[in-house]
Amino acid sequence: MSESKLELDKVSIALNGKQLLTVDSSVGPGEVLTIMGPSGSGKSSLLAYIAGFLAPVFEASGGVFVNGDDITTLPAERRRVGLLFQDPLLFPHLSIAGNLRFAIDDRSADKASLIRQGLDEVGLGGFEERDPGTLSGGQESRIALLRLLLSSPNAVLLDEPFSKLDSQLRAEMRTLVFSKLRASGLPSILVTHDQADADSAGGEIITLEQ
Amino acid sequence: MLRWASHSLLILLAVPILLGTLIAILPAFGYFPTLGGTEFSLDAWRELVQVPGIKRSIQISLLSGILTPLIALALVFLYLASASGSKLDNWMRRLVSPLLSFPHAAAAFGLAFLIAPSGLLSRLISPGLSGWERPPDLLIINDTWGLTLLFGLIVKEVPFLLLMSLAALPQLQPSKHVELARSLGYRPTIAWLKVIAPNLYPLIRLPVAAVIVFASATVDVALILGPTLPPTLSVRVLTWFNDADLNFRFLAAAGAILQLGTSLLAITIWLCLEKLCAVLWRFWVATGDRGTGERLVFFSGRGAMPIVLLVITGSLVALLVNAFAGPWRYPSVLPSSWTFLHWTNNFQNLLTPLLNTLLISVGSTLSALVLVLATLESERQSGKLRATAMWLLYLPLLVPQIVFLFGFIVLTESMRWQGTMSLVIFGHFLFVLPYVFLSLSEAYRQLDPRWSQVASTLGASPFKSFWRIRIPLLLAPCLTAIAIGMAISISLFLPTQLLGAGRITTITSEAVALSSGASRNLIAVWAVVQLSLPMLGFLAALTVPRLLWRNRTGMREIR
Amino acid sequence: MEAPETHSFSIRFILLGILLQLTSPATAQSIDLSDWQSLERQARGETVYFNAWGGEPRTNNYLAWVSELMLERYDITLQHVKISDTAEAVSKVVAQRQAGNDDNGSIDLLWINGENFAALKENDLLYGPWAESLPNFKLVNADRFPEMLEDFTVPTQGFESPWTRAQLVFYYDSQWLAEPPQDIRQILEWSISNPGEFTYPRPPAFLGSTFLKQALIELSDRDPALYAPVSSAEFERLAQVLWEYLDALHPSLLRSGRYFPASAIDLRRLMGDGEISLAFAFNPNEALLSVRSGELPPSVRSYVLRNGTISNVSFLAIPYNASQKAGAMVTANFLLSIEAQARASDPDHMGSTPAISISDLDSNARRSFETITRDLAAPSAEDLDRKLQEPHPSWTPALERAWIRRYSAR
Repeated sequence: MSESKLELDKVSIALNGKQLLTVDSSVGPGEVLTIMGPSGSGKSSLLAYIAGFLAPVFEASGGVFVNGDDITTLPAERRRVGLLFQDPLLFPHLSIAGNLRFAIDDRSADKASLIRQGLDEVGLGGFEERDPGTLSGGQESRIALLRLLLSSPNAVLLDEPFSKLDSQLRAEMRTLVFSKLRASGLPSILVTHDQADADSAGGEIITLEQ
Repeated sequence: MLRWASHSLLILLAVPILLGTLIAILPAFGYFPTLGGTEFSLDAWRELVQVPGIKRSIQISLLSGILTPLIALALVFLYLASASGSKLDNWMRRLVSPLLSFPHAAAAFGLAFLIAPSGLLSRLISPGLSGWERPPDLLIINDTWGLTLLFGLIVKEVPFLLLMSLAALPQLQPSKHVELARSLGYRPTIAWLKVIAPNLYPLIRLPVAAVIVFASATVDVALILGPTLPPTLSVRVLTWFNDADLNFRFLAAAGAILQLGTSLLAITIWLCLEKLCAVLWRFWVATGDRGTGERLVFFSGRGAMPIVLLVITGSLVALLVNAFAGPWRYPSVLPSSWTFLHWTNNFQNLLTPLLNTLLISVGSTLSALVLVLATLESERQSGKLRATAMWLLYLPLLVPQIVFLFGFIVLTESMRWQGTMSLVIFGHFLFVLPYVFLSLSEAYRQLDPRWSQVASTLGASPFKSFWRIRIPLLLAPCLTAIAIGMAISISLFLPTQLLGAGRITTITSEAVALSSGASRNLIAVWAVVQLSLPMLGFLAALTVPRLLWRNRTGMREIR
Repeated sequence: MEAPETHSFSIRFILLGILLQLTSPATAQSIDLSDWQSLERQARGETVYFNAWGGEPRTNNYLAWVSELMLERYDITLQHVKISDTAEAVSKVVAQRQAGNDDNGSIDLLWINGENFAALKENDLLYGPWAESLPNFKLVNADRFPEMLEDFTVPTQGFESPWTRAQLVFYYDSQWLAEPPQDIRQILEWSISNPGEFTYPRPPAFLGSTFLKQALIELSDRDPALYAPVSSAEFERLAQVLWEYLDALHPSLLRSGRYFPASAIDLRRLMGDGEISLAFAFNPNEALLSVRSGELPPSVRSYVLRNGTISNVSFLAIPYNASQKAGAMVTANFLLSIEAQARASDPDHMGSTPAISISDLDSNARRSFETITRDLAAPSAEDLDRKLQEPHPSWTPALERAWIRRYSAR
């Protein structure tokens, strides 16, 4: 359980001289900032900027502070910002346990029990040696979430993670994800074009112009 | 560290080739201290002009240099226009890489065994259809105008150009545009030719240039299929280089420069043809004609590739039959008995060249792979694509081997660095590098960038992400690149022969040396060994991932 | 206990010795030809690079057998470097001399004769004399067979050791050809009335050049100028006769003379396929060996032209800069041994003609040479007696270059 705070200080992203968005906001522990807007409005590039792999073709500026430290000066892998994509993107060549082990910091002690515990918590106990390709959509999403949490991030970014799920699964996942994030005290930014997602997140909503 | 790697890639390619070419120029103008030549002189050139049949040699080199890409490209375009998306297309896509790995020398031998007067084809139609009891006295192989050479080169270059085209096509979104054209009333093949072809050609210019240079300057295929009285220019240069009388080195140098000039001339003529074609094409497109010639194009396109496949298969069969043939009198189609004798008799002789071949191909390909991966990864990390590297990458393919190898040897001989394995491996490395890069770069660059992004959000360093995520995901393309690289190295003749100073024998160098005086059976044995090696490589490239990922369904269609 | 003065004296000697070693060209080995035992000892552990023409698989296999034995008996690793033309080896030695490589040459032993030998000997590029010091040299009986001391009219002077004999022998397929032509002029007449039945290897292939020499000797009625160094005047005069002959011959040859086979094996294959009905080879047992292996049909017969055909001896030489001279000599000696020569003459192995004198051997040893029985495919001994001597070696490159110049472009 960490108590982190995420601040976006005049973050501005432009493409070919045309400004896409400006955000100036802060997210407290367990809170979710929802960014909404139509496609092309630059929502995903905001997340890319925060995570540290924005394509050089974009012009971006502004500070991103996690617990007061500006992470924009750090390389992507040291920022400790988790990202949940639209696709679960479980590494297909590793088993479930392999995927989860990848996320755990090397210096950690008992990875096996951490994994076992985590799998039980998401209702997928015993799935260690399973092939990710054999999982259902919902199961994959849960593993993706677990993998993200096991990497001990200080903040979480969600890039339309529910858009590829059917409506029932969607509702389940929303509940699971947000409850976990709240329980872990992690500040998150959710990018979506679905109002229901925003409502479920229950936090501040920023709508981008086109 | 990675940036250093990508810079060294360019340096390693450019320096030896440019240096070698420059150094080759010096003896051509009389400067060769070890032979006592210290003054600028045009003697070598005067002698060159007086060599009997030199004009014909140049003409043949020019002819092959221009007609090979012309006809091969025409066949490839006709095929793509008429067969894209069909079942034939699916087959061809899978066959192209293995076809490409059929080494030049083996293919040339196979063709010779197929179409010679005493070859398989002739026997198939004798005495029934032809009435021949003895082989006809026809000058097919080694014909004076190099038509058989041309034929062999075309058959070999079609798969190469096809592969390059297939690699370049996706970015043009051919199906979309052809559909659009069809909705405007164009017949499909004509649509492809008018809409896609003009946009595809600029993307494969470099491979076409490589074909021009190869066709005009090849030594091994010319030795096997080309004319002998007089031989092609490149063969003559090699002969002068190897002459007992070392003074012939001056003539060889002049000849090498002439070869360079001839290849450049071929490229120039090609560029003019290009312009002409562009004008004609524009005119044709502007006519708005929607369907004339559709039938012709369709059938020639659909027919061309199977014919090429048939020829290659026939060559393979001819080689296999000869490799296991007991006494075989003409006009029997098959030998009177089969035997392993040719293999058992020569097993000892095969061992050393085989080991050398494996050592050299593995050494050169793995070094190339390391460098290529480092370059691609550094390119990815810096976020910039290097378009300038392209022509540099093609450099070993754009300068005739005989030219820069000549200069390279003069340089290394003066450093007393000759005939060593390391030198041969380095020489092979230069040629393998472009192919490994070309075959791997697409897959590498196309790999979903989100995999690396996920990894970095999970805290993985670029190094960890590279080794634990990218490489395993790219295992199949890496293995294919290795297979291609090894296939290229296995098929190299001149670099082994010249850089190894005759002391280092590979399967190919031995096989080509045998072409001028060994029994057909022996040549067939060597050729079969030569072509089996790359096939083993491709087999490994196909099966290893399948075995490794047998419990990973997600790895089947990894993108 | 040495006195201090002698002590410092010997130190000075040692230093001088070291200085001399550093400044004088390093002598890789000091060879004592009179002490064969110590030479054999010296050769142990050496790797000898034997450059020999690699175009005939039977020879290659035979040399592989030799390598095995050399390792077993003399602890010498014999490497057969297959070359396609001895001239290559010559150029390598020349190149090494020019690069200043005087003691670490890449060639230790060389299978050589004719113009290649002459080229190396004239330029002092051979080590020697050594051949007559070989224990097995006496088997050659040079007194009775002076050709063992002469290479294409050039005296060997002990700079090379004999290895095999050879003679030009014609063979024909009796199912297509009943009465083969008996001399060079008859060959022309017959070829004109039977086009596409004959051809010869393209010079400078060894066999092709030999055909040119054979033709020239017969057409010029053994003109004595051929046995002296060539001069441009004599060449002009004699070559004229040859060109007239060839100009008349070529249009009737296989492929109308627009293509010539590259070697003896190619020529043999053409006959095996039935493309030609007359061919020739430099190994009298060529046809026999090929019939046995199935390459040629059993209807093939051999004969020697009625005016005689060229015969010669081929030798083994050691380049001046060979790094393993002792090993090379031990190898040459072994190749001249009864055991090696017997196996070489065995049609199951190499089928060549031995250099040693069989009739001088005791009956036991002689038996190992009686492997070739009377066979229709082989020429008779009387046939083989009709020998012609090789012209002076300078004629060969002259003829080759002139042929290439004249017939390369049509």
